[in-house]
Amino acid sequence: MKTYNQKAWFFVLPVLVLVAFNALIPIMTVVNYSVQETFGDNVFFWQGLDWFEQLLRSDRFHASLGRQFLFTGLILVIEIPLGIAVALSMPRKGIWVPVCLVTMALPMLIPWNVVGAMWNIFTLPDIGLLGYFFNHTLGISYDMTQDPLAAWITIVTMDVWHWTSLVVLLSYAGLVSIPDDYYRAARIDGASNFAVFRYIQLPKMKTVLTIAILLRFMDSFNIYTEPFVLTGGGPGNSTTLLSIDLVKIALGQFDLGPAAAMSLIYFAITLLVSWVFYSVMNNQTDEEG
Amino acid sequence: MALELKEITKKVGIHTYIKPTSLILEPGYFNVLLGETGSGKTSLIKLMAGLDPMASGQIIMNGKDISSMNTQKRNISLVHQFFINYPHMSVFDNIASPLRVAGMAKSEIEGRVEEAADILQLRSMLKRRPDQLSGGQQQRCALARAIAKESDAVFLDEPLANLDYKLREELREQLPELFAGRGAVVVYATSEPEEALLLGGKTALMDNGRVTQFGPTADVYRKPSNLASARVFSNPPINCANVEKKNGLITMGNMASWKVDAQTRSLEDGHYTIAIRPNHVMPKRSDQTNVILQGLVKITELSGSESSAHFEMENETWVSLAPGVHDFNIGIEHQFHMDSSNCFYFDENDQVVGD
Repeated sequence: MKTYNQKAWFFVLPVLVLVAFNALIPIMTVVNYSVQETFGDNVFFWQGLDWFEQLLRSDRFHASLGRQFLFTGLILVIEIPLGIAVALSMPRKGIWVPVCLVTMALPMLIPWNVVGAMWNIFTLPDIGLLGYFFNHTLGISYDMTQDPLAAWITIVTMDVWHWTSLVVLLSYAGLVSIPDDYYRAARIDGASNFAVFRYIQLPKMKTVLTIAILLRFMDSFNIYTEPFVLTGGGPGNSTTLLSIDLVKIALGQFDLGPAAAMSLIYFAITLLVSWVFYSVMNNQTDEEG
Repeated sequence: MALELKEITKKVGIHTYIKPTSLILEPGYFNVLLGETGSGKTSLIKLMAGLDPMASGQIIMNGKDISSMNTQKRNISLVHQFFINYPHMSVFDNIASPLRVAGMAKSEIEGRVEEAADILQLRSMLKRRPDQLSGGQQQRCALARAIAKESDAVFLDEPLANLDYKLREELREQLPELFAGRGAVVVYATSEPEEALLLGGKTALMDNGRVTQFGPTADVYRKPSNLASARVFSNPPINCANVEKKNGLITMGNMASWKVDAQTRSLEDGHYTIAIRPNHVMPKRSDQTNVILQGLVKITELSGSESSAHFEMENETWVSLAPGVHDFNIGIEHQFHMDSSNCFYFDENDQVVGD
């Protein structure tokens, strides 16, 4: 019979402890809360799956989930093509390369709450540079504190400004890895610029684009700080995304049980959509190379 | 139908990569560009393909000036030294890519791809991707793409350089057949003189960014018109030495001397450079040889059916290449023999002289 060396467990132990502390124990705590009701003082009442049922039937949850999908959808539809376009127009060699790369990286280096605050001040109707310019110079009514549409335009623009660079940098990395020979071969073949993009650049960028789409999906689906600082979820509930709603329930209303149930559903949706994205794109990559 | 270059040049900054070059390249045979690495073969091909801008000059294809035409519109094919296939496409799609771009009907694309695949024995691999092919198959795929397209001009830039010996031999034999009767101007760049001789056709010798001689391959080989051409068209490198003609005698320093012959009788007395191919310097005396050279053997090589020896005489190092196996002892003086009528004579401007 074959004998196994059990010593390996000893080396895996530190990782297990670490994962337990930063993932397993917090998640189990949330699971624990999600099936109970508490009024403090460490007193709990068993609720079973009530919170989940209530939540899945609640209009408020549907609304914020819808807003969340709308936000993420808009972000992806704008940032991915825009990021690719910017990457395509960036120089591949010469002294402008580092200038472009650093300029692109700048927005990503700014802390999230600072981004929110910056855009808040920037767009306030009477004192913000942009807000003042629209309202008082151009005469176009623009007030993200009052008008839901203006609020949406502002949070989407802010996210595009903050995170398109990530797509740009990833796409650019994919583009510069294409040897000049392929471009030459394509020119010899008589390929137009679009054909070069469609048949050479896009397939070559596929792997990095998969990563870019996944990262942008997860980040934007879980976004909290920037829209919270910018609009606080308003006006009304118009920009109350899933995470903002979750914090309202958990820390505003102190409904820890429903909030825990919502966290788990939120987590499950993120995981499920990411998995779907990943498998769809990976399948295509396998088929087309 | 022809590809005509008129005084074309290539410059980058202050450097001139291609000096004014004029050639008329025609279909029906291989136009070989022969030159060492860095002599400008690839640069010249890129100019003809429109991949690099010309500094001056004109390119005429089938009577039409295509100097300022995009590469995309020139209807040409190019096969590189490195196997360039689109890695994410199947062999079929790779061969079909230029046809798809041209907007050809699906049925015609299939027909052409299958024909090219049959010629290059790729039929069973059409569904594979390039990374699942061997080097020889990858290059055959690239060649199939060039054939399927039916271009006006096909540029083959050292297409066999990265293949192993046997495959190279095999594919080299097939190449002239592949392009025969297709009506395309075929330009073949190589750094190996044997390859130029095997492919026949015409050869343009290139040295340091200029064409030193152009003509039917056998003529160019037999009669180099200048020293640069003689050097390019010899492997191992051609043997050179300074000689003086005086009183009906040609003397090569203190190394050797011989009587003038039919070739050199008309030359004026004076200094010349001679060049003789290594395969004309023999380790054994024969009926033809009339000059004896004494040299210190430095290096010897035995390659298959040939033996070569590098030997030193005064300040010249020469090479002898002879069929059969010959024993040389390194560091020992040895006698070599040559027939002086095999020598080429060049004047002070390195132009060939003599009859």
